[in-house]
Amino acid sequence: MKHLLKLTIAIVSVLVAFTSCNNTSKSNSGALSSSAAEKVYVAPGDHDEFYAFISGGFSGQLSVYGLPSGRLFKVIPVFSQDAEKAYGYNEETKPMLNTSHGFVPWDDAHHPDISQTNGVIDGRWVFINGNNTPRIAKIDLSTFETTEIIEIPNSAGNHSSSFVTENSEYVVAGTRFSIPIPQKDMPIKDYKGNFKGSLSFISIDPEHGHMDIKFQLIMPGFDYDLSHPGRGKSHGWFFFTTYNTEEASTLMEVNASQNDKDFIAAVNWKKIEEYVNNGGGTMMPAKYAHNVYDEATHSATSTMKKEVLTVNPLDVPGAVYFLPTPKSPHGCDVDPTGEYIVGNGKLSANLTVHSFTKMLKAIEDNKVAGEAYGIPILNFEDVLAGVVEQPGLGPLHTEFDGKGNAYTTFFISSEVVKWKIGTWEVVDRQPCYYSVGHLMIPGGNSQKPFGKYVVAMNKITKDRYLPTGPEVTQSAQLYDISGDKMELLLDFPTIGEPHYAAGCPADLIKPRSKKLFKLEDNKHPYAALSEADTKVVRDGKTVHIYMTTIRSHFAPDNIEGIKVGDKVYFHVTNLEQDYDVPHGVSMIGANTSELLIMPGQTETFLWEPKQVGVWPFYCTDFCSALHQEMQGYVRVSPANSNTPLKWSLGEDIE
Amino acid sequence: MKSTLNILTVLFVTLLISCGGKEEKKKEGFSYDKKVTTEKTTTKKVEKIPASKKIDLKNKGIGPIKSLALNTEIDEAMAAKGADVFKKLCTACHRPDKKFIGPAPKDILSRRTPEWVMNMILNPDEMTQKDPLAKALLIEFNGSPMANQNLSEEDARAVLEYFRTLK
Repeated sequence: MKHLLKLTIAIVSVLVAFTSCNNTSKSNSGALSSSAAEKVYVAPGDHDEFYAFISGGFSGQLSVYGLPSGRLFKVIPVFSQDAEKAYGYNEETKPMLNTSHGFVPWDDAHHPDISQTNGVIDGRWVFINGNNTPRIAKIDLSTFETTEIIEIPNSAGNHSSSFVTENSEYVVAGTRFSIPIPQKDMPIKDYKGNFKGSLSFISIDPEHGHMDIKFQLIMPGFDYDLSHPGRGKSHGWFFFTTYNTEEASTLMEVNASQNDKDFIAAVNWKKIEEYVNNGGGTMMPAKYAHNVYDEATHSATSTMKKEVLTVNPLDVPGAVYFLPTPKSPHGCDVDPTGEYIVGNGKLSANLTVHSFTKMLKAIEDNKVAGEAYGIPILNFEDVLAGVVEQPGLGPLHTEFDGKGNAYTTFFISSEVVKWKIGTWEVVDRQPCYYSVGHLMIPGGNSQKPFGKYVVAMNKITKDRYLPTGPEVTQSAQLYDISGDKMELLLDFPTIGEPHYAAGCPADLIKPRSKKLFKLEDNKHPYAALSEADTKVVRDGKTVHIYMTTIRSHFAPDNIEGIKVGDKVYFHVTNLEQDYDVPHGVSMIGANTSELLIMPGQTETFLWEPKQVGVWPFYCTDFCSALHQEMQGYVRVSPANSNTPLKWSLGEDIE
Repeated sequence: MKSTLNILTVLFVTLLISCGGKEEKKKEGFSYDKKVTTEKTTTKKVEKIPASKKIDLKNKGIGPIKSLALNTEIDEAMAAKGADVFKKLCTACHRPDKKFIGPAPKDILSRRTPEWVMNMILNPDEMTQKDPLAKALLIEFNGSPMANQNLSEEDARAVLEYFRTLK
């Protein structure tokens, strides 16, 4: 019996050793290379090397990941209500989601881009576009909160957005769908020649980042798909891909794919800026919301703007040119030197690369192939730098490593292809699982990429994770690009369907990350900055409760004299002044979300009691060992009762 | 039987070496001895004086304040400033002269050193983990933590001066 036991254990040991040996050798590509697991392993308590801001796609939000670990740190609410953080639910942030169409609680978030100084990422703000109800949002990277949203008038399908020029002079928003400008009631079939496309240049205040539409360029009625700024030598220009130069309005998948070549629109924004600064352009009536969050009052205000400055490109000669580009180009990517503009012709067999220098020469020599609605079209051959021959099927986007290589995603053949700038030869390819859309190298849209990793954002997930019913998570993949060959390191799930991402070294952001809000700086009109300031004030049928929280009680925690039919505002100030001590609060039957209040912050929710009784409220965020005791009661009396208004903490209401 | 085991053992070791795994010394035999727990029966003396009443004028606590000499005269301006800081940042849990969420600071300097008081204000997390008095206080006050309100050293010093006026 004893021998049998020994034997069994010995056999099991051998099997275990054999199995583990197999696994090890499988992931090792050579004796000297470390394993993929080691490259993405960030030990407990250690920090990642890079931040990645990955768009939340149709969730409307922006997610924050660490690279190389692929760990999710935060989902920043931007265009969609978020009950967890009360964004769009509390009284302070509801105005953030105001538009000319009223309160819009959702959008389709697309292309995040980090602000830059001198062509290098500076880590101050992230900008991201809402595609559906055209908006651009600014996220402050000291608080990781959305602090501004501006609606874009004369736009529909805000897709060739939100890319930042190299000194953050402008964040640019181009329309994907052309529309009547101004909007009017007209037959759809009269699209051609009558619909227009707007390209909006939104100035960024250098100190506070406040956005203002400087001008809108009113272009022919094409679809403006994606864009990127010139940089270095091409700083002052902006490039937009177009499709549907056919100007079709129905059965687009056929009718918008007729032309052999569409265009990349090259826009000399410096020239237009000068024209506008000298009084050029036409002010036209428009209605669009500008929503700004103030960190001192912890509140947002929404202002409805009434007009926008428009520019007809024909009024600024030499400001706009069309570069013919095969075939329905999608991504429009500019290399770190600013010389090369890649048109990812999604229906083309080859990848087209234009030369900025050749473009300037062609303009100088006045070599024009034709015009589209008065805008000069340059010769394809005159601006072409080179072609990457048959690199794959369905090219979408290109990023750069800063070492002379470009990386292009191919949706149909589902791969990332690495090629050399200048020789246009393909040097490596790696499969994606599956159907990759965007890709991101930290700093990839700047003069200084950090060419260590590339993140591929895939459109289809299928079998990569444990199944979760018909809907599965979206998927990203991380590749090591530090060597000659790309190496797949990691799959990690993402939220929504990510459209692009922006990344940068953690050290740019980490030291500036705020830990709390100082009580002495709190300028919220309904703040109670100490328990001595807590009170309950009735004004007709409206009641304002000035409440505070600290571990672990509310002040006041007993309130009487509330009546059915009242509008009761809970203004709750968190008196904590320590890192990572938020308090939550929720009221039974309130038709809204909880509040999640950071230290030193004031937030407000509305409760409209409908039933007589004594109703409890409690803290929703586990705050201390006495969290379960953090609770209180509100007595609700009939509408016609005479119960006096009283409040207390620590003693019975007399 | 024994030879089979030996062969398997050799195979096992070979495999381990061949795949570059850690070389481990083979344990001779297996032992299934029951772990014997030696329990000491100690009866703790019941602490009769609560931590809030205990007098300890030697313990300086743990934190940035290593030594602090107080003037005989109370600095009234400083005390007034301390009263203001106390009102803004401390009254959610402390009443000057009676127990509330936390203990009352009245007469605190007859029970504690000035260093201990300031370290408790400036470094409460470490104090309630390591300082025996602060640990006992945390338990006495239902585990309600002393919140770090991020006072500057200057503000904490002013609060201490204010405490001297509470008599």
